[in-house]
Amino acid sequence: MRHVEGGIRQRMAGLHTWTGLLLGWVLYAMFLTGTVSYFKDELSQWMRPELPALTQRLDEATTAQRVADELGRLVPDASMWSIKLPDAHSNSVYAFWRSTDRQAPRGGFGEGIFDPQTGSRFAARGTLGGDFFYRFHFQFYYMSPLWGRWLAGIAAMFMLIAIIAGVITHKKIFTDFFTFRWGKGQRSWLDAHNALSVFGLPFHLMITYTGLVTLMALYMPWGEHTALKTAAERQQLAVELSPFGALPSKRSGQTAPLGSIADMVRQAEARWGEGMVGRVNAALPGDAGARVVVTRGDAGRVSMSPSYLEFDGTNGRLLAVHDHVGAAAETRGVLYALHLGRFGDIETRWLYFLVSFMGTAMVGTGLVMWTVKRRQKLADTERPHFGFRVVERLNIASIAGLSVAMTSFLWANRLLPHPMQSRAEWEIHVFFIVWGLTLLYALLRPARAAWVELLAAAAVLLALLPVLNALTTSRPLWHSVAVGDWVFAGVDLMCWALAALHGVLAFRTARRGRVTPAGKPRDFVAIASAERAR
Amino acid sequence: MNFVYRIVGVLPLISRIVAAIVGGYGLATLASVAALALPIAKPQAVLTGQLASFAVCAGAVIWVYAVRRARTAWLGLVLIAAVLAPLAWVAS
Repeated sequence: MRHVEGGIRQRMAGLHTWTGLLLGWVLYAMFLTGTVSYFKDELSQWMRPELPALTQRLDEATTAQRVADELGRLVPDASMWSIKLPDAHSNSVYAFWRSTDRQAPRGGFGEGIFDPQTGSRFAARGTLGGDFFYRFHFQFYYMSPLWGRWLAGIAAMFMLIAIIAGVITHKKIFTDFFTFRWGKGQRSWLDAHNALSVFGLPFHLMITYTGLVTLMALYMPWGEHTALKTAAERQQLAVELSPFGALPSKRSGQTAPLGSIADMVRQAEARWGEGMVGRVNAALPGDAGARVVVTRGDAGRVSMSPSYLEFDGTNGRLLAVHDHVGAAAETRGVLYALHLGRFGDIETRWLYFLVSFMGTAMVGTGLVMWTVKRRQKLADTERPHFGFRVVERLNIASIAGLSVAMTSFLWANRLLPHPMQSRAEWEIHVFFIVWGLTLLYALLRPARAAWVELLAAAAVLLALLPVLNALTTSRPLWHSVAVGDWVFAGVDLMCWALAALHGVLAFRTARRGRVTPAGKPRDFVAIASAERAR
Repeated sequence: MNFVYRIVGVLPLISRIVAAIVGGYGLATLASVAALALPIAKPQAVLTGQLASFAVCAGAVIWVYAVRRARTAWLGLVLIAAVLAPLAWVAS
């Protein structure tokens, strides 16, 4: 074992390159869909244009009571239900429940969205909305969520290692941050990659580590297996993590109607402030042993630790106040909240979106750099070796292709008929079919042409999406702006901003295609001398 | 002969990759169980171990690639494991 491959920086550079590349395409998709997920509720609103915009804040207590009453009619045999009240980002109430009949389809679980003004169930088009990107971001699709989450975890660990190795590799991390060499081939890609990485470094590190923390019980179950042997011990841990950890599951056998949900929500609001309630959960509604839990919302505190009031479900008597957890549990709660970024106002959300977008670009530029760097050294640039071709084509499909696929998902949302059988699933099938087609396209076309054409396709699809929206809904952009519906106007305008970005990228890629042959020898000399200087 | 040389040539690389994977997850697991020896409530100790485990995993992998020889990498991993193992043993 005498193979000494240079100094520590070179070994770290190797580690950075290979951990970055191996799951780089998975990471890029996780980053981009995760970035979009900071506005998942707004996107869900846009994807359900039948539901009216919520123009004023509603009384949470009244809303919760309305939906609870509706659930009582809809699922009279529920063993539990959970109501998520609308916040500044959503215009509907989301609820899920489980019926007593566990033999029922989906284990008795059901879900629906409800009108906060009337309590009745909305008959919106079948769509997963922004939640598709959110779920895809950590568990993918067409595979069991368990496998998906493991894949996401391994990718995140690769990312964490790539970040640390990248920092060690980088000698002049701060001076390089202020260096930018436009139009210099590999150097420009390197400078862009460095600037994106260094500016967002604390965020990228934070988001990667906290991402692992969100699913740490899955990735690292060994301490729990060793220390917590009985059901009671496991319960002690569960209540530190989630407000669902405390709910009873055994019926007393005596029936008793639920007490006033509105009163319980008001008690919570008196404690936390108006509009600060997140969820209302009920266990064993209709039973004398019913419990109702009112939880605090995500806004206004940087923690996802359970904070809730527990009531006797039949008479609304406050049984317990859970507002603190142990130090380690609180640390986990804060890290979790930092990942989700739901604690702040809309400006915080935009900041998360923008820096996260830079993280996406960091992964993207890193992937592209792998090929740019190696193209110079190819024996024959017309016929690159197999590995190079694989990376090059996968880059095209996973970067340019993903933009096309994600936009197609939104097109499918507007174009698929409704009602339609399995409509929500078909929107997702369209996403994957288009993504697959972009890979096929990337394999069949010359690399640069594929880049330009797929980026241009994404630009065109994005640019026309607000037009499609105007044609297929009663909420065109001019109408949204006129009535101050900034959710709809925001999505439409964001489509145009992203269309412009893709257009610029397509244009620059196309232009570089023409100058490259002449510029190549000079670039090669520059890079060769730079390599020697290291 | 050439074939044999090539195999021998990549052995240190394979050794390092195995050290990174086994050492990374192995030490993280050991550390998360060793955290149970902390004088705090069991649920908090479990969570502390989980929270710290990813730093241990990343640290182990960086160590494996930071050192000059694959053998040193393994030695370091075994040394840390030797420190953590008794703690984990006592805690379980």
